[in-house]
Amino acid sequence: MLESVLIANRGEIARRIIRTAKLLGIETIAVYSDIDGKCLSVQEADRALGIGEAKPRDSYLNIDKIIAAARESGASAIHPGYGFLSERWEFAQRCEREGLMFIGPSSEVIRKMGDKHRSREIATGLGIPIPPGSGILNNVEEAKKWATELSFPVIFKASAGGGGIGMMKVETETAVAEAFDTATNRARSAFGDDRVYVEKYLESPHHIEIQILGDKNGNIVTFPERECSVQRRHQKVIEESPSPFATAGLRHELRQAARRLAQGIGYTNAGTVEFVVDGHRKFYFLEINARLQVEHPITEMITRIDLVEQQMRIASGESLLLREEDLEWNGWAMESRVYAEDSKNFYPSPGKIISYIEPRGDRIRVDSGYQAGDTVSQFYDPLIAKLVVWGEDRNEAMVRMQHALDSYEITGIKNNLSFLQEAFDSGLFKSGNYDTHFISKLKEERNG
Amino acid sequence: MTEVPSPITGSVWKILVENGASVGEGETLVILESMKMEIRVRCPHNGRVVEIRVKEGDSILEDDVVAIIE
Repeated sequence: MLESVLIANRGEIARRIIRTAKLLGIETIAVYSDIDGKCLSVQEADRALGIGEAKPRDSYLNIDKIIAAARESGASAIHPGYGFLSERWEFAQRCEREGLMFIGPSSEVIRKMGDKHRSREIATGLGIPIPPGSGILNNVEEAKKWATELSFPVIFKASAGGGGIGMMKVETETAVAEAFDTATNRARSAFGDDRVYVEKYLESPHHIEIQILGDKNGNIVTFPERECSVQRRHQKVIEESPSPFATAGLRHELRQAARRLAQGIGYTNAGTVEFVVDGHRKFYFLEINARLQVEHPITEMITRIDLVEQQMRIASGESLLLREEDLEWNGWAMESRVYAEDSKNFYPSPGKIISYIEPRGDRIRVDSGYQAGDTVSQFYDPLIAKLVVWGEDRNEAMVRMQHALDSYEITGIKNNLSFLQEAFDSGLFKSGNYDTHFISKLKEERNG
Repeated sequence: MTEVPSPITGSVWKILVENGASVGEGETLVILESMKMEIRVRCPHNGRVVEIRVKEGDSILEDDVVAIIE
């Protein structure tokens, strides 16, 4: 097992990784930007190093600075968390060359799967269905031609993208030019790669994903699905596992497809295979997130497996002791992402938190990155915390979530707690029969 | 004269129009950025840009005036 780990991230996920590292007796080293010097992860880590200015490209996205911090601290491994450098193959490769253990897949796998266009080709080659779409688009004319051919609505996506960034849904031909432009710009500024392609936008799809683990000996374990259809701006807000929409048959098919893909590309460490599933439970491969996923706790809640521990063991060269046929899971888990944003229009709302009180209780887990007095900065993600609950069944989990949300207190900044309460109180969520149009349908329900 | 306020706290990413330009309702004046999100400040009605009050890279607060339109 490794001796020390540098966490190249911030906020709740840095704390989450520190927690498991401590349980395993691994020394923890945090890094922080100028405005994060007093944050919880810095306080909780054994050591912490400053890495530069607040802007991500000057600190958390700066490969040279992170590597220098790892060298200076003598860290034996780097955990990238999610976002920032986690899916940058150049970063994983740099770690490999510098003899630092990168807790994630190989740079080669990240490179292959990080190129969404290429990952679509790989999936097709393995017989896994993908949504119809174009190749890389070179200009607006090509964008228009493809969009019309696929028939509207279509969705523009950054080939280097992930996390919903740079995605633009388009309903009409007149909107193509602006969407192509925006998607290209976002891709360039977020990923330093402006290649964009267009896909047929599936109406009312479910967004369902499969957690996978792979070790260096080729053992693969797939987990029960996570339902992630409650989204705004293609970013998830509420997740649950299992999915109320999945049948045993669909679950089996999705896990089989995820396994085939993981084996086909030689996947190691933790990852997530994302699918869209239509109303007839026909599924299409979307992408692989080659990292720990934000919503990984709901899988941990139903399986009692610590996925960060598994990541560290796999990176250290250990074989998976876990076998898929022995994997037991029970009950139902749900996660609410608590964001610093306006509940009405979902606009980001950075600022200083005045009071902050988390819900507590049996079968309630809060992974948070902030406390009272902290400032949620405009430079970073609006995620304040993840509220996760477990129940014997879906209804119990839902009721526990409602109570937990009621006792959550955040003042000083706008936040989405009232939206989350409304969502869990809705007939639509209770029915379990919702898709990615959840939020617009919720508005209709509200307006009678 | 209409003051166009910023809907968010964040920074100015791109300015798309110049002082004196004729602008139409719904046209994007300025693109703001905050928490990894791009937000377009759109023109509330047809008119002319009297003044763009911000520069690219500026930090701004919610409700700060971004532009004045007549």
